[in-house]
Amino acid sequence: MASGVKPRVKVPATATAGEVITIKTLISHTMESGQRKDSDGNTIPRSIINRFHVTFNDETVIDVVLEPAISTNPYFEFQATVPESGTFNFTWYDDDGSVYEDSKEVSVG
Amino acid sequence: MNVTRRETLAIGTGAAALTLLPLNAAFAATEDAIAAFTGGAEVVEGGVTLTAPEIAENGNTVPIEVAAEGAAEIMVLAAGNPNPDVATFKFGPLAGAREASTRIRLAQTQDVIAIAKLEDGTFHRASQEVKVTIGGCGG
Repeated sequence: MASGVKPRVKVPATATAGEVITIKTLISHTMESGQRKDSDGNTIPRSIINRFHVTFNDETVIDVVLEPAISTNPYFEFQATVPESGTFNFTWYDDDGSVYEDSKEVSVG
Repeated sequence: MNVTRRETLAIGTGAAALTLLPLNAAFAATEDAIAAFTGGAEVVEGGVTLTAPEIAENGNTVPIEVAAEGAAEIMVLAAGNPNPDVATFKFGPLAGAREASTRIRLAQTQDVIAIAKLEDGTFHRASQEVKVTIGGCGG
C-alpha cells in the first residue's frame, strides 16, 4: 500500500536548550496483518510498516520494530531531548520497500 | 466394551490435555520470543511500567504505554495473539525519557507482557491481563 499514506507529526516549534518534549506521530496505513481473509476465504497478504525511526540532527531518538499486532494507522507518542536548534526526521519503512518521511524544525532560543 | 473407572479418568485427562494444546503452543511461542530477546538471561519481575486498560472493548486498538528507567530496549508481547510479537522500542541517545505509547491489536483476552533490557544488561518484565470484548484479528 503505497498510496494514501499520510504521515502526521506533532512537535512543538520552540524549546529551551536541553528541554524534554513530547512528540506524537500518526501515519495512515492499513497495517494488513496477514491474518484476515477476504470474502472468498483467501488470506489477505501481510502489508505493514515494519520500522519507525526518529532522529534529531542525525542522532537517534527512538527506533521501533513494528509487528502485525500494531493497530491500523500506527500511532506513537514518546519523549525527546532537544540540546540545540535542529531538525527531527521521521522515517517509516513499509514491507513493500516504500519509505515515508517527514521532518520538523525546532528552534531553541 | 467395559470401561473401568480408572480408564474413564485416563480418557478425561487425555481429552483435557488435547484441548490445552493450542494454548501451550502460543505459550511456547511467547517463551521463545522472550528467550530470543534476552539470550536466556534471567528476567526480574518489576522495574518496568506497563499501562494498559483492564477491559478493552475493541481489540483492534488497545492503547498501551511502556516505561522503564534506564532501558535501552523495551519489547512488548501479546501472549494470546497468533503471533506474540507486538513491537520493540529501542531508545537512542536523545530519547527524553525511556517511555513510549502506541496502540495495539489483541485477538482475545490475554496477558500483555513488557520486557525491558536495561543499559546495565539486566532484564525486567511486567505483565497485565487485558480483557477483550471484540477481538482484533479480523477472524
